[in-house]
Amino acid sequence: MDPLIPVSYTINGKSVQQQVSVRTTLTDMLRHQIGLTATHAGCEQGSCGACTVMVDGLMVRSCLIFAIQLDGARIETSEGFADDQLMDELRRNFADRNALQCGFCTGGMLVAAHDLLSRTPHPERAEIREKISGNFCRCTGYEAIVDAISKTAQALPLEDSGK
Amino acid sequence: MSTTSGKAQRHSQFVGQDKPRRNAIRHAHGRGRFVDDIAFGNLAHMAFLRSPYAHAEILEIDTEAARALPGVVDVFTGPDLVDICTPWVGKLDHFPGLRTPEQYPLAMERARWNGEPVVAVVAESRAIAEDALDLIMVEWSELPAIIGIDNSRSTDGPILHPQYDSNVAFVMNLTAGDAKAAFRDAAYIVEDTLELGRQTGLTLEPRSIVADFDPSLRKLAAYHSTQTPYQMQDVFVRHFNLSEENVRVISPDVGGSFGMKLHVYGEEMAAVAASIRLGRPVKFIADRMESFLSDIHLREHKIHARMALNSGGEILAMEVDDATGIGPFSVYPRTSAMEGNQALRLMGAPYKMPHYEGKLTVLFQNKAPTCQYRAVGHPIGVTVTEHLVDLAANAVGLDPFEIRHRNIVTQDMYPHTTATGYILERLSHEECLAKLEALMDYPKLIAEQKEMRERGIYRGIGIAAFIEITNPGPAFYGIGGARISSQDGCVIKLEPSGKIRVSVSVTEQGQGTETIMAQVAATYLGVDLDHVDVVTGDTERTPYGGATWASRGAGIGGATVMKAALAMKENILEIAGVILQGEADDFDLVDGQIVDRSNQQVRMSLAEIGRIAYFRPDTLPQDYHPQLSVSRHFVPQGTPFDFTNGVQASYLEVDVETGLVKLLNHWVVEDCGIILNQQLVDEQIRGGVVHGLGGVLFEECLYSENGQMMSATMADYLAPLASEMPDIQIDHVCTPTEMTPLGAKGVGEAGTAAAGAVVLNAVNDALRPLGGTLRTTPLTPERILKALGKI
Repeated sequence: MDPLIPVSYTINGKSVQQQVSVRTTLTDMLRHQIGLTATHAGCEQGSCGACTVMVDGLMVRSCLIFAIQLDGARIETSEGFADDQLMDELRRNFADRNALQCGFCTGGMLVAAHDLLSRTPHPERAEIREKISGNFCRCTGYEAIVDAISKTAQALPLEDSGK
Repeated sequence: MSTTSGKAQRHSQFVGQDKPRRNAIRHAHGRGRFVDDIAFGNLAHMAFLRSPYAHAEILEIDTEAARALPGVVDVFTGPDLVDICTPWVGKLDHFPGLRTPEQYPLAMERARWNGEPVVAVVAESRAIAEDALDLIMVEWSELPAIIGIDNSRSTDGPILHPQYDSNVAFVMNLTAGDAKAAFRDAAYIVEDTLELGRQTGLTLEPRSIVADFDPSLRKLAAYHSTQTPYQMQDVFVRHFNLSEENVRVISPDVGGSFGMKLHVYGEEMAAVAASIRLGRPVKFIADRMESFLSDIHLREHKIHARMALNSGGEILAMEVDDATGIGPFSVYPRTSAMEGNQALRLMGAPYKMPHYEGKLTVLFQNKAPTCQYRAVGHPIGVTVTEHLVDLAANAVGLDPFEIRHRNIVTQDMYPHTTATGYILERLSHEECLAKLEALMDYPKLIAEQKEMRERGIYRGIGIAAFIEITNPGPAFYGIGGARISSQDGCVIKLEPSGKIRVSVSVTEQGQGTETIMAQVAATYLGVDLDHVDVVTGDTERTPYGGATWASRGAGIGGATVMKAALAMKENILEIAGVILQGEADDFDLVDGQIVDRSNQQVRMSLAEIGRIAYFRPDTLPQDYHPQLSVSRHFVPQGTPFDFTNGVQASYLEVDVETGLVKLLNHWVVEDCGIILNQQLVDEQIRGGVVHGLGGVLFEECLYSENGQMMSATMADYLAPLASEMPDIQIDHVCTPTEMTPLGAKGVGEAGTAAAGAVVLNAVNDALRPLGGTLRTTPLTPERILKALGKI
């Protein structure tokens, strides 16, 4: 059996202590130790994006990083984003536009969409397609996802400066 | 809807409305529940040692060191399971002559494809189980591998199954009219050989199961990511010698299936066997490499085809010789002959073509098994036909639209039987073709294409007509001896609160099954959509049925729910009649309110019916027993299938320097009969189109000459991402089927059926001035540059 090492994180705004083995990925720790199952393991090779989470404000493939590397980190999973108006709007538009079918890619896709609109509030359609191309969806063909993100962006207040 | 008195308004017409899915809200909030998300106590985990060879004798397996590893619970091989699990054979009686050997959960004396499971390890964690795999010693003796279709077909090469005289699993000939005479008399003959690359399903949720066996009562609960819980219940009952009432299959959220998750796989059977051996829950979740190596593959075909036309450009006949490689076994229980069978029968299907000569040869190879997957056979039949139609248009000197107008089956011909024997009730090819031409503004595109060519930019336009097999009846599997139901069942229950609970045997994998079933129930009962809850995917909580595959969920499941809803409404009105001291006929149910039929005046709510019927039946007459739930079943009858039809088009640009294809636009005009929810129908089409685009442009299961799978990661197996895909414009024609009371047909496979064909035609159209023709998919840059003679 693997030895366990104590680590602590802030996950979705709450302080969490865990014992992790050196080879436990962030995905497995979130899913199987904490029970946050919206982060999905689709390929475990960093290709599909279903495991996308935010770590200290940066978008990360949780399957490509070990839980032990993140002692002290702030982690936001798809279940998080409490009181986040942008995420609320994305969730609503994803559901209304049927921007998901089986739902397996959705957690990662929403995190990626949130990151995109946080950085670029008013992206062109092609830019949305480009920026979510790290997230694989086998069901929708992507158009509904692009529509949902685009609609969310249109409702955002225009920036004073920038574009 | 308010419960205050006054006149009720008819809001309860939900069929046809774009109602969002409650499941989508749940998933968007991270509340999905896939098999791997469910927590179990005392759970053991499973991993497999897989064959590193495409073909090898297993001389000896030493598992001692693996067993000794702390945390390992069990290690077993194929022969260890013969007393627990009986073997299976992927044959059906309506494919006479189909031969394939018995299969066991794990390889027995020989491994027959790279990735075939050979040894199972069960441990306290998946990581420990994988550690133990490294400690297993297997002595192999590598055998010659049979990989390519020609390699398999060769009469002097190695034979995969020594008990057979060749690598041929099945041969089928299909003849209509006199094709030879038609070719003899033809004004034009076009022909070509096409090779379609092997693909795989790539559901984002991999295959998943937790088998939980209770030895005290010999009860099995299987939490299984499958489309077909009833079929799997039957498989577990029969092969593990269990009693049907003791086997429960639960399919929670299923993360994509597309046909890949309705076959019997050795790993899932081994997980059940492990749970029976251990008396504790055992989990197997395929990792991505395991998915590539052991999920079913599809559509490896090599087709030589010819088309004969008269001087007016009318199609007289097709001759088709289709060879397909299916791996080492015909997959149980649906067989690996079905894809080729449907491909052969879909050839020329949109057209009047009177003569046909088709031959199918199904071949064994040392690669992963192939089987049914979204749009089974359709992309092959459509690609071959439409490639030849374009070659013919060029030979005759007709515009691609014009040649199709001259040949499509017209309204005066229905009911029509295709040369290959499919009975078409009524389709709408003429309307669809006309709508497409307008939708894409064809003359403008032609002008633009011409102008671009003058500037050295090569754009192409591709068109393809198709028919889609939906709503299959017992002719599909039942008559062949498979215990796969073609009927469906529905139970509707009035809750004491007046809410409605629908449990139905069709299943949900993201299509929106539960939403459209709720829409049908709410419409035909006369209640608000929010007052209907739908239960699917659990053999213990739903009636027995076929579930969801072959575009049957909406058409057959919808008709089943409609029948149950109408029966439930009758019961409710009878209760209302008793309570209100009138006749059932005096009343109606509108928006969840009992109203006077004559003036729509509200008399009481459904909640009040529930209260009285459940809690105060003492106030009802002696000997009156309100019937508060109903069940109904529906069997598709009349024609063997309800066909749909449509037409697609692609507009794209080929970079003749790099061989890259840029998709500019894609159109679909489709006719699935009554549309239950247009947004969901359109999203089925879009998703389906992108599956077809993946197949024609990117996806290929590559094998080395000695049978190693070379594209077994998502970095190597290219599948469509958002940036490469176009927006897809969709329009509809509506020709309801009269074979079901609801009039809805299927739509899940329409997009996939023709998307590849239109891209192949558009690429060839783009290259026409340069003289290159593509015949092999996927259309990789390398193949395009080769066709152009640049490399």
